[in-house]
Amino acid sequence: MANAKQTAAGPGTRPMARPLSPHLSIFRPHINMTMSVIHRATGMANYFGSLLLAAWLLAAATSDAWFDTMSAALATPIGLIVLFGFTWSVMHHLLGGIRHFIWDTIHGFERGSVRLLSWLTIILSLALTGGIWMMAVSYWGKLIW
Amino acid sequence: MVAMRTPLKKIRGLGSAKSGTEHFIVQRVTAVANIVLIAFLIYAALHLTGASRAEVKEFFSQPWAAILGILLAISTSIHMRIGMQVVIEDYVHGGNRVLMLLLNSFFSLVAGVAIFLAVTKLYLGV
Repeated sequence: MANAKQTAAGPGTRPMARPLSPHLSIFRPHINMTMSVIHRATGMANYFGSLLLAAWLLAAATSDAWFDTMSAALATPIGLIVLFGFTWSVMHHLLGGIRHFIWDTIHGFERGSVRLLSWLTIILSLALTGGIWMMAVSYWGKLIW
Repeated sequence: MVAMRTPLKKIRGLGSAKSGTEHFIVQRVTAVANIVLIAFLIYAALHLTGASRAEVKEFFSQPWAAILGILLAISTSIHMRIGMQVVIEDYVHGGNRVLMLLLNSFFSLVAGVAIFLAVTKLYLGV
């Protein structure tokens, strides 16, 4: 870096000669890094998933024909995979959010706690998703409660 | 010659983003609300798994269900707008950023209004 050009390439770019703190590429991956990336990814997935919820509710609000079309589309293998993925995505983002709330209280920053909370996020998200779908499948077509 | 001025020094005094704290707080307020509202969504989804359209209409004709459905639309659309704004500000640079931020606002509002309208219509039963 010693011979790097001093001048910045333009607005928003750093001058090359400044020492920079180490970033993602040189760290060994940690579970909390992975969970951080997944939290952002699931947030984006939920963002677009909201359209699916809107479409289903609009179909139900519009007509029998639209509702039947939407229901049939969601009952296809692809539809079910999307719904399953959406369920997991929402659960993971929800649990990740709770983890961030714990961190907001300045608790859980010890190395062991960080790892535990991160692992709990992925494990509980899978467990919740599995539980929800087991209930959904076992009560298919019947009103629960 | 090595510049001793840090990027931080160069931008100091040029103005802050000003809305950072508000976004931080609003993102957490809506997150708390979303915990309850997503629990409602799971309840509703399980209750209505494989249900007929009449059963869906009947479910949302209950005031409490319609209220929670509308709150879900409002809270999630605010939360997802701020969340995606942060993502765009992190990764998109140049002229596209403004366009993306604009699209983000519109998308979030459309998704929220669509759910709001659908739940309202189901509630009214018209």
